[in-house]
Amino acid sequence: MTQINQQTNAYLNRKFIIIAIFLVTGLIFVARLFFLQVVDPSYKLSASKNILRYITDYPARGLIYDRNGELLVYNEPFYDLMVIPGQVRDIDTTEFCGLMGITRDFFDRRMKQAKEYSLYRGSVFVRQISKNSYAYIQEKLHKFPGFYVQPRTLRNYTYPVAAHTFGYVGEAGPGIINNNPYYKAGDYIGISGIEKHYEEQLRGEKGVRIKVVDVLSREIGSHQRGRFDTVPTAGKDLYTTLDINLQLYGERLMQNKIGSIVAIEPSTGEILALVSSPSYDPNLLVGRARTQIYRKLQRDTLNPIFNRALMAQYPPGSVFKVVNTLIGLQENVVQPGTRLSCPGYYSSRGITVRCRNHPSPIDLIESIKYSCNTYASILFRNVIEQDDFENIKESFTNWRNYLTSFGLGNVFDNDLPYALSGLIATSDYYDRIYGTNGWRSLTVLSLGIGQGELGTTPLQLANIAATIANRGYYITPHVVKAIGNPDSINTKYNEKNQTAVDKEHFNVMAEAMFQVVEEGTGRFSRIEDIEMAGKTGTVQNPHGENHSAFIAFAPKDDPKIAISVIIENSGYGATWAAPLASLMIEKYLTGEVNRKWFEQRIVEANFINPENQ
Amino acid sequence: MKPEQLNILKNIDKPALFIYLVLVFIGLANIYATEVDDAYKNILDFSQSYGKQILFIAAAFLTAAIILSIDIKFFTAFGYIIYIFFLLVLIAVLFFGTEVKATKAWFHIGNFAIQPSEFAKFATALALTKYISSLKGKTIRFGNKIKPFIIIAIPAILVMLQNDTGTTLVFSAFFLVLYREGYISGIILAFAAMAVLLFILTLLINEFIIIAGIAGLVILISVIIRKRKAEVLQLIVLGILLSVYVYSVDYVFENVLQHHQKERITILINDEVDMKGPGYNLNQSKIAIGSGGFLGQGFLQGTQTKFNFVPEQSTDFIFSTIGEEWGFVGSTVVILLFLIFITRIVLLAEKQRSAFSRIFGYCVASVLFFHFAVNTGMTIGLVPVIGIPLPFISYGGSSMIGFTILLFIFLKLDTKRLERF
Repeated sequence: MTQINQQTNAYLNRKFIIIAIFLVTGLIFVARLFFLQVVDPSYKLSASKNILRYITDYPARGLIYDRNGELLVYNEPFYDLMVIPGQVRDIDTTEFCGLMGITRDFFDRRMKQAKEYSLYRGSVFVRQISKNSYAYIQEKLHKFPGFYVQPRTLRNYTYPVAAHTFGYVGEAGPGIINNNPYYKAGDYIGISGIEKHYEEQLRGEKGVRIKVVDVLSREIGSHQRGRFDTVPTAGKDLYTTLDINLQLYGERLMQNKIGSIVAIEPSTGEILALVSSPSYDPNLLVGRARTQIYRKLQRDTLNPIFNRALMAQYPPGSVFKVVNTLIGLQENVVQPGTRLSCPGYYSSRGITVRCRNHPSPIDLIESIKYSCNTYASILFRNVIEQDDFENIKESFTNWRNYLTSFGLGNVFDNDLPYALSGLIATSDYYDRIYGTNGWRSLTVLSLGIGQGELGTTPLQLANIAATIANRGYYITPHVVKAIGNPDSINTKYNEKNQTAVDKEHFNVMAEAMFQVVEEGTGRFSRIEDIEMAGKTGTVQNPHGENHSAFIAFAPKDDPKIAISVIIENSGYGATWAAPLASLMIEKYLTGEVNRKWFEQRIVEANFINPENQ
Repeated sequence: MKPEQLNILKNIDKPALFIYLVLVFIGLANIYATEVDDAYKNILDFSQSYGKQILFIAAAFLTAAIILSIDIKFFTAFGYIIYIFFLLVLIAVLFFGTEVKATKAWFHIGNFAIQPSEFAKFATALALTKYISSLKGKTIRFGNKIKPFIIIAIPAILVMLQNDTGTTLVFSAFFLVLYREGYISGIILAFAAMAVLLFILTLLINEFIIIAGIAGLVILISVIIRKRKAEVLQLIVLGILLSVYVYSVDYVFENVLQHHQKERITILINDEVDMKGPGYNLNQSKIAIGSGGFLGQGFLQGTQTKFNFVPEQSTDFIFSTIGEEWGFVGSTVVILLFLIFITRIVLLAEKQRSAFSRIFGYCVASVLFFHFAVNTGMTIGLVPVIGIPLPFISYGGSSMIGFTILLFIFLKLDTKRLERF
């Protein structure tokens, strides 16, 4: 015997212990299996091949109210007929099709789709059965194994307005389902507007009931007495800042016009009305026909889905003079008493800006009142050509920083998804086109009268009106004031955003804008007993008739409403946008409109098909 | 070469080879049952997991054929090199691997994913075997006693860094080999096993019943060995100590364990837990197995299986399909097959003349046993939910090929039983 074998033999007996461990383990397993499979009845579903079915309880989606507590968006129950193709057997197809009111062809097509998805998981077979037919169908459903009914809810809108603000709810697509475990095939999700922004608050939490069903898919009872069931939690209600009467009125005024109205309560930043025209009835984008109608709306050349209030970017035109003049005052290149004469045009080194006929010479307030292009051009050149700056790049950037302090060139961090930022060119942009320092104030002169490389959205323009109403600051405009209950105020939007211009200059501007309406370009829209301040604008449109623009706030000394109105292809701001804005203000402040002929003129105006007028 | 190959086929252990083929077939049939859909019954559909499993099996058979035909010295001589190579691969996967369910253990190549930790097992077995067998005839010093543990620990730690707890624990299977070779004493192994067993039992059953059981055993054994007074005394002391231990388990469970450790154990004891987490899997698995009854629902007839109620059923929870469709009879057959298979390997190992072959045989048996015990125990709720595959049965290419390599290196060594090298 060698040493090796002695050493091995020393532990030879251990092989018995190891084999014993194996056998004991096996014995325990067999005993356990005997207990599970033969003795213990609690895990047994075998006798009648019962199976579990998971029924999702969808919570009610949060309701949406207006600022005065009026219900705007609510839910209506409906039922989806679901099918589990693997459980369908021996059914009378003719009777089934008759009961459901579907054709045999539809039946075959749907069954094929459902089989392709899964034989053993539920697919929607007939979408959105009404409450009445549900009661009828439910009684007969036991004849059709494999079919069951899944309750859900659909959105319903009290008024056919504010479609863009609400947005819409649709079935979650595969991209969402794969990335977010909360959503399953057939679930609904907010796709745009506040339905999207507040999705998590609105949707609530789903619940699930586990039912034991037999081969004929009849419910036998709860699985383990409902031990694993969960109860759904309803979504939270939203209290919006919208005034539904003002919204309705705005949409009525904007009929047959392309453009938008944005009305804001200046002291809170709450959006009172947000109109984008043409619009659509939100009740259309609900339910079975949604996809089809959406496609139709998409093909419409007037693009009703496009939210002009947040996404259309126009050069602001003369409305912009209020901002430039405020910058001029702050930079001290001009004083309220500065008088300049206007010969009807402004001309320098071969560049000419035309102006209209008005008294001359004029001071700063009068320059706003008459919307003088000469005054605006000189003022803008003085801002850009100040000696304190080394080059135009610096002075231009200084000017641009003022604009961003007014919220221009940026998207507000608010609750309205898909807004655009507008456009303010940077000095780098001009450097690229004209070469570094290859450009002068004259090169960018058109910015002085709100034309050129400038884009502002109607929301941004309304915010400028609100900023002047507040004499120097704005609160981020938003549409939801409270979530859950009306007293839980949305504190996310209560911070004052100060502009880079001092309050005293805003007082001058408020007076100037008051003069515009009292006896200036906007005098046609003056409202008896309401001190309105405004500024007209006419946006040059190379593709057709100019766009009419107007911003305003009222009352002048205690502003309750600030507004912007843009009506595309309608001409002068004074002729269309200003009267429309004055009607909105009158409606909001007094509750009714006395100038009926004035109202009728606006309602009847048609800029989409002018020949119908 | 030809006569030698014929020789191999003649010398290869037939019972082991037969059980291997049966297990592979049982696996394929049950994977087919979990995935098959009435609409697509073609077994050769390579987009479905059973179709892919056929490819994996073909690859495994090819691997087995290669191992049987090459010179076995390749494995005995290059044991350390193979081990170091796979350590480097395990390090590489930490940097270049892709994350699947929070575990960074996979290399993706085209449509296929490779899990290197499945191959690290046989590499570790080779290195461990080579080291221990190289000490034959030498006096084992303290340093020599530590090194085997280091050989096991390095890959285990690397796998742990991949966040794969299940596969990490598999490396503890090698302690059984160390026990057989005398590196761990029986008392330690017995205490460890007893402690684990009693711990679980105590949480399952009332502790006073267990203490009564211990007392009964002590009395019974004492009567048998009543003439050896000293040993009876020792036995009584041991019985008292065990009773105290059982009594203290509740205290340890409530006050010493971490939350996630506790959670894994609570799932075992009580299914009143989060039904979306591992508890859900376990509950569904138990329902599936329980609904199998004595004879099972029959092939392709298991409703729990067909309706996909058991998550990960084709991989870690494959045993629940067997339980549902083949019942108590079928599951017992599978358990017996594993027991016979592993015992056969141990018996073959003991017949080997070379220490290398014997030790490697124990490595194979231990790894297979660990996988079998933990996987099956998990599906019937006796072991916490630890995601490791059931050898030769679970769906997956890496594990199928990895286990095949492990087994066939030993079967090849066994054909050379009568030769010395």
